[in-house]
Amino acid sequence: MHENIDSPNENSSSQYKDMSRSNQIWIAARVAFPKTVPIFAGFVFLGIAYGLMMNSLGFSAIYPILISLIVFAGSMEFVAANLLVGTFSPLTALFLTLTVNARHLFYGLSMLEKYDGIGKKKWYMVYGLCDEAFAINSTMDVPKNIDKGWVMFFVTLFNHFYWVLGATLGGIFGSFVNFNIEGLDFVMTALFVVIFLEQWMKEEKHTSSLVGLGASIVCLIIFGGSKFIIPAMIAILGLLTLFRKSLEKAEAEVV
Amino acid sequence: MTMSISQQIIVIAMVVLGTVITRFLPFLVFPSGKPTPNYIQYLGKVLPAAVLGLLVIYCFKDVSFLSGNHGIPEIIGVSVVTLLHYWKKNMLLSIAGGTIVYMLLVQMIF
Repeated sequence: MHENIDSPNENSSSQYKDMSRSNQIWIAARVAFPKTVPIFAGFVFLGIAYGLMMNSLGFSAIYPILISLIVFAGSMEFVAANLLVGTFSPLTALFLTLTVNARHLFYGLSMLEKYDGIGKKKWYMVYGLCDEAFAINSTMDVPKNIDKGWVMFFVTLFNHFYWVLGATLGGIFGSFVNFNIEGLDFVMTALFVVIFLEQWMKEEKHTSSLVGLGASIVCLIIFGGSKFIIPAMIAILGLLTLFRKSLEKAEAEVV
Repeated sequence: MTMSISQQIIVIAMVVLGTVITRFLPFLVFPSGKPTPNYIQYLGKVLPAAVLGLLVIYCFKDVSFLSGNHGIPEIIGVSVVTLLHYWKKNMLLSIAGGTIVYMLLVQMIF
């Protein structure tokens, strides 16, 4: 602030604008960071596990590093590892990816409005719209004077960085990890449960949350762990469409 | 490793393509300039809560409740997270508490 006193007036106002803009971005980064701390723990752990697995399949460290950077879809990368050691079948790889990642379609639909009007960085945020970025960015409250677009951008960027960091550590040093970290991956489950609870405490009506839980549980029981996502998505879509009238009416009453 | 480098690159490219399609499609079908249909706007409002529910259940997709440890560590872990969160409403405390209890359970008891 003191440096500005000596500079000519016109200059200092444009300088101040620049400063306040970079300041805004810096503040957004600082708001975003604490929200991503649980993901830091989870991603570094899962990334190490991923790098370690690639290592054990005979891939050099450059594979997990590049794949985690470019693909950035945790569970799919574990599947991709198996695709790489199997027989060459590009169509299987494409179809399997579409199936495993189909849930992203719902994230996109949910974020259409929230990611609207925040400039070009939106496309990076869409590219990096993983489970964790969705969970945080869809429920986050940010004080009004802070640029929410940049906060959501940094949440995505930090997540991406943690994942690559973990995969790099795992790929390079994975075989030297000697303290017992079994069960640390539960940090991701705990994060999703907490975010779900926060949403639960905020909402007036629990219909949508209950539809999500209920349809998923029923489909998991019927179809099993590897096949339940798409039936669950269809069931959720069907039930929410069925409840549209009553849910929209409830919302109109709240407003 | 039986695949050649170029085959590996093609497989990874397919995985990237599939991931990018699922992430970009909604934004390309409903661009910000044009008015989004009411039904899609409605889904945008009610889907997040439902999808968070799906995401929670998704974490349990590989837990076998009928055999092994019957998912008891997971159930206790989630209960600890829930109780801590209703009690203190501190995200990091709830997450750390639940995770530590879970790690102790799977490493020492089950």
